[in-house]
Amino acid sequence: MGGAGTARMIRQMALLVAAVAFLGFGASARAQSALYDDLGGKDGMAAIVGGMVDNALADDRIKAVFDNINIPRLKGLLAQHLCALVGGPCAYNRRSMKDTHAGLDLHDADFNALVEDLEASMDARDIPWATQAKLLAILAPIEHEVVKQ
Amino acid sequence: MLAFPVIAVAQETPDSSSDEPERVHPLFDEGKLLATGGVSEVEGAGGGGLATWAVIGGYGTNDGIGVTVHETFIGLRSFSLNSVGVAAGLYDRVELSYAHQTFDTGNTGAALGLGKNFKFDEDVYGAKVRLFGTLVYDQSSWVPQTAVGLQYRVNDRPDILHAVGAKDADGVDFYAAATKLFLSESVLASTTLRFTRANQFGILGFGSAAHDGYQPQFEGSLAYLISKRFTVGVEYRTKPDNLGFSEQNAYDLFAAYFLNKHASVTLAYVDLGTIATRRDQDGVFASLQLGI
Repeated sequence: MGGAGTARMIRQMALLVAAVAFLGFGASARAQSALYDDLGGKDGMAAIVGGMVDNALADDRIKAVFDNINIPRLKGLLAQHLCALVGGPCAYNRRSMKDTHAGLDLHDADFNALVEDLEASMDARDIPWATQAKLLAILAPIEHEVVKQ
Repeated sequence: MLAFPVIAVAQETPDSSSDEPERVHPLFDEGKLLATGGVSEVEGAGGGGLATWAVIGGYGTNDGIGVTVHETFIGLRSFSLNSVGVAAGLYDRVELSYAHQTFDTGNTGAALGLGKNFKFDEDVYGAKVRLFGTLVYDQSSWVPQTAVGLQYRVNDRPDILHAVGAKDADGVDFYAAATKLFLSESVLASTTLRFTRANQFGILGFGSAAHDGYQPQFEGSLAYLISKRFTVGVEYRTKPDNLGFSEQNAYDLFAAYFLNKHASVTLAYVDLGTIATRRDQDGVFASLQLGI
C-alpha cells in the first residue's frame, strides 16, 4: 500500500470517527432535550417550577426558608436553571451552590420536602412517573452541595 | 433542592439570618422520601421481603429517627411462617431490629411425628450500620448505599433441633449489603453477601455435625418502580444445606404499595423449595408495615 493510500485511509478513518462522535453527541443532546419536551418545554417547566414554589410556600416544613425572597424572580431563575439542567435551550450562569446557599442551614428533610413539593407539582400536571424520575435523578446529586454534610 | 441555592440570588434584602429563629427539626422527622426505607424483610431488617438491603428502615433522615413495626405471614403448602417485629432507624446510620417468628407445621406436624400444629418459635435480633453511599443522592456516581450487619437468632426448640441433626439452637449471621437506586431508570438493585450457619432461616437450627462452618450465601433483589408508591420485583436468596434435607434456594415475586410514610403493604408469590423433606413449599407472602 502506497503513502497516498495510507493517507487516504487515515483521512477516511478520521472522518468516520468524527461522524460517530457527532452522531453520539447528537444522540445525547436529543436524549436530554427529550426530557425537556416530556416536561412540556419552556412553558411546561415554568408551570412545574411555579407549582413547586407555590407548594413550598404552603409547606410548613420549609416555608420559612423563603422569607424575604422575591418569589416571581425566584420562579424565573429556577425555571431557567431547571431548563438548562435537562438540556433545554436555556442559558443559565450557574453560581456556586455552596456559596449561594450558605447560612440557610438546610438538612436532608428540607431537601426532601422540596422534592415532594416538586413531585406534587408534576403529579398535578400529569407528568408520568418515569419522566419525573429522570428529572429527580438529575436533581438528586444537588443534595451533596446544598445540605450541610 | 435547586430552589435553595438560588434563593440567595433572589433575596431582596441582605442576609438577616442572625435574627431569624432557628428552625426546629423534629426527632421523628419523617424526612426520607417515600419507599426509600424499603419494607421489613422476614427477619425484621429493612429490605425487601426475603432479602436484607443496605437501607436503614423507616423514614428518619440523618437528623432523625424512624420506627416501624411489621406483621408478615407466609402461607406455604405444608407449613406457615409468621413474623412480627419492630425496627428503629437511627440517624440513617444504624438500624436495630427485632422479630419474633413462628413456624407452624400445621397438619404436616403430625405426619412428621411432631404433633399437629407443632410450632418452632424464633427470636431474631438485628443490627445494621450504613458504611457509605446514599440511596437517593448518589445518582451521578456508581457508588451504592453500603451497609454491614448481623442477626442473632434464638430458636425455642433445642431438643427437637438436636434430634433432627442441628448442632445449635442459636446462631449469628453476618452480612454486607449494597443497594443501588438507578432513579433515571426507575430501577433498584441490591445484593447481599451473608455468612450463615442457619438451617431454613434458623427455623431448623444452626449447623450440623457434618457441616458446621459459616458459609457465604447470596441475596439479590431487582425492583422496578412503577410509581413512587408502587414497586414490583424479584428476589433470590441462597441457603446452605447443612442437614442434608435437600434445602433449596428461595425466591419471590413481589409487589409493594406505599400508601404513605406510615403504611405499606407487600404481597408476593414465594417459593422456599423443600422444607423438612416436604417438597415444593411455595405460597403467598403478605406483609404490612406501619411506622412513624
